Amino acid sequence: MSLLHLAIFSPFLMAIFVPFLYKGLKSIHTGWFVLALPILLFTYFIGFLPITRNNGTVEKSFDWIPSLGIHFTAYVDGLGLLFALLITGIGALVVLYSIFYLSKEKESLHNFYVYLLLFMGAMLGVVLSDNLITLYMFWELTSISSFLLIAYWYDRERSRYGALKSMLLTVFGGLSMLGGILLLSIMGDTFSIRELISQAGELNQHPLFLFALILILLGAFTKSAQFPFYIWLPDAMEAPTPVSAYLHSATMVKAGIYLVARLSPIFAFSSYWFWIVGAIGIFTMFWGSFNAVKQTDLKGILAFSTVSQLGLIMSLLGVGAAALHFDTLNDNIYIAAVIAAVFHLINHATFKGSLFMVVGIVDHETGTRDIRKLGGLLSFMPVTFTIAVIGAFSMAGLPPFNGFLSKEMFFTGMIQLVNLDLFNLETWGMLFPILAWIGSIFTFIYSMMFVFKTFSGKYQPEKLDKKPHEAPVGMLISPIILAFLVVLFGLFPNLLSYSLIQPAAAAIVPSLVGPGELLDVHISHWHGFNPELWMTIGVIAVGTLMYLTLSKWIKLYALFPGKVTLNALYDTSLYAAERGSYTLTKAYMNGFIRTYLVYIFAFFIGILGFTMWTRQALTIDTSNLAPIGVYEIVLVVIITAGIFTILFAKSRLTSIIALGAVGYTVSLFFVIFRAPDLALTQLVIETVSVALFLLCFYHLPKLNRHEERMGFKLGNLIISLGVGAVISLMAISAHSNKMFESIASFYVENTYKEAAGKNMVNVILVDFRGFDTLFEISVLAIAGLGIFGLIKLRLAKKGEEADEN
Amino acid sequence: MKTNDVILQTTSKVVFFIIILFAIHLFFAGHYHPGGGFVGGLMTSGALVLLLLAFDIKTVAKGFPIDYKILIGIGLLFAIGTAAGALVFNVPFFTHVFGDVYLPIFGETSLHTAMLFDLGVYLVVIGVTMTIIQTIGESE
Repeated sequence: MSLLHLAIFSPFLMAIFVPFLYKGLKSIHTGWFVLALPILLFTYFIGFLPITRNNGTVEKSFDWIPSLGIHFTAYVDGLGLLFALLITGIGALVVLYSIFYLSKEKESLHNFYVYLLLFMGAMLGVVLSDNLITLYMFWELTSISSFLLIAYWYDRERSRYGALKSMLLTVFGGLSMLGGILLLSIMGDTFSIRELISQAGELNQHPLFLFALILILLGAFTKSAQFPFYIWLPDAMEAPTPVSAYLHSATMVKAGIYLVARLSPIFAFSSYWFWIVGAIGIFTMFWGSFNAVKQTDLKGILAFSTVSQLGLIMSLLGVGAAALHFDTLNDNIYIAAVIAAVFHLINHATFKGSLFMVVGIVDHETGTRDIRKLGGLLSFMPVTFTIAVIGAFSMAGLPPFNGFLSKEMFFTGMIQLVNLDLFNLETWGMLFPILAWIGSIFTFIYSMMFVFKTFSGKYQPEKLDKKPHEAPVGMLISPIILAFLVVLFGLFPNLLSYSLIQPAAAAIVPSLVGPGELLDVHISHWHGFNPELWMTIGVIAVGTLMYLTLSKWIKLYALFPGKVTLNALYDTSLYAAERGSYTLTKAYMNGFIRTYLVYIFAFFIGILGFTMWTRQALTIDTSNLAPIGVYEIVLVVIITAGIFTILFAKSRLTSIIALGAVGYTVSLFFVIFRAPDLALTQLVIETVSVALFLLCFYHLPKLNRHEERMGFKLGNLIISLGVGAVISLMAISAHSNKMFESIASFYVENTYKEAAGKNMVNVILVDFRGFDTLFEISVLAIAGLGIFGLIKLRLAKKGEEADEN
Repeated sequence: MKTNDVILQTTSKVVFFIIILFAIHLFFAGHYHPGGGFVGGLMTSGALVLLLLAFDIKTVAKGFPIDYKILIGIGLLFAIGTAAGALVFNVPFFTHVFGDVYLPIFGETSLHTAMLFDLGVYLVVIGVTMTIIQTIGESE
């Protein structure tokens, strides 16, 4: 356990204290305490910059489940560090923003910050783990915390819907990814990403390779909201705006991109990888921006915009895979796509984060996010307007902001594809730059909509709930910092190039970068009048024209049929699954305990009897039996008498007491066979369960043996005889078959030596098989709480009904 | 119907403490002699059930104002804490430590982290049994 591990775990530790801080110090907004942690972590991770700058790495490992090859290996390289800085940096800004966004009087802040910290820790774990199983665990944890945060206002129906949708889709992807991880570990015999990368050449030839590739990509695409899985992201916008800014634009949705980037060295040699990642990415980029234009909710625009931008980065990574097909760095123009991906990743986090915060401000100060109601806010909110302009123009790819630079680099990457003579690109390759260009036009249009529909135009006070005014200073700090970064990176992009971009890009294409070598990532503003510049000019010209004539062609969207959308598919299939499983379950769950017991025992008899018969396991060996003494005979007589009393008793009380007698007699058997622990336990259990029965006694209906049908009785008889026969035969066969040496001698030898105990039974319980006990008491606890819940729930309902009457 | 159970009530008060002492003895003896957390916990619950039978739920709840549901949580925390505590010392999950320690009053005593785990079992068993019995008993 090193400081690095502690840094990853620190959000979880902090989360433990949040509820106490919230309860104990009600007068101070809990966010102030939480804020310290991401700032601290950010400065801690900054300290790694000098190491990763020269493509150095840090690795700290401790064993988690060493017998399965699962270690918690924290691994910091350029890529991991870039994400860690994004997570903690944006995290700090978002926490600061949330202090002013969420009122400490009305909101349940303890929930909010616990979930947020949970997410922060999980996300750090994802990007800093070298072991795929550890990565997977944190990955699912991000899905869960995202679910909790989307459903933060759980009394809203839409929030619950959005939370469930994101959960179902991302966990589906996560499980596929687990499948992919297991296939990779079967192929490479390790869970370590770096060890897998070093075997990349052999893995490519493996027959399971393609399956692993597809399964892993399913995980990445669901998480990063790629087509056709993007539908959860717009619904996730029901979360509080700081959450949308943090999880659903800057960090969590980039986990899929991280995964693709991280595993690129393994998969990039496959043409499938290139085609799937590249084509899905570029289509998502187009589709997201195309759909963003028709949104009327500001957050809806940003959601589809995020989908589109994620697609952009994804397509760059797919195209960048081509770089690995060349051995050297010289003239390797495809590396530009990888660099563009990393650069745009940073830029997107800055401008989209600030835009989300702008939406939060607008929502907070006017009470609506609907662009049909908004307009003319410029004179009320000049600062917010400035931030919005910077963010949106950068998103549209206009100079001098950072989005311009990465958009140019994106065009470069796409144009170069046309010249590539790999993977049959001559035929379909042309589609990449065309889709990129059309997507960019729509990006330009919705960026303009975002700014001008909100801040210019006619002010409509009658449609607003509140009188708009500028946001409090605290709420403006975070977006101002982000907007400042947008301008800074736009004017001086080379601040980033060798500190963050180069190490991250080098980690994506490790085989190209020799020891001591660095990639060339000098970013310049002016390249002359090349095709990229003409494309940008075209985007601006066509985009402006289309924005001005928006009202004329926006109706075209109505032509799309509403019933064949992906959302409708999701809703109907979910509904069908619910109905189907309900009908199926209803068919066999009829509410009678007897029926369930019949199922259980019938299966029991069937499966065990069948197995014994087919395996010919039935053997009766009487050679090593102990003599039967008089005590045993007496006990058997007592048990038999007890059983017949139960069967023919007229009242339930008699049955219960007779059942108790049978139990006590069994414990006497244990005494005779010298098993004091068992005897003791059986005695006490019998006592407690008889008492329990007596308690339940009140609630049970009167025992009625007269009205039972013959068939019912016959069924019971057959089943009980069957169970009795199967169990007896099994016990006899188990005694007669000695397949291997008894394990008893191991315990006799090691109980004192290894565990320093003299009571073997207890040592097995607490030490040798401690896991069993741990899970048993967990099950016991669940059962106890379950019974409590069931009974209390029923009582509460009864109480309500009584009130109504 | 009002029943007269003075004899039961008087005896229960005495027997209760005897059973509890025996249960604690069982718990501590567990590592060397028959006993352990599971039996000890059940025995303790047995003693409480005896009181429940002799008196009624309300009286017993007044005498022992314990929320048994919380007891379940504490027990689980002990169990998982003992197991996970091993990780802090960089040894695999569930590694136990033991040794002889000199304690005042008790003298040379052998201590074992398995006992902490067993304490968890003990508490969970009491918590679960009593939660079930109480909720079913109260629901009349």
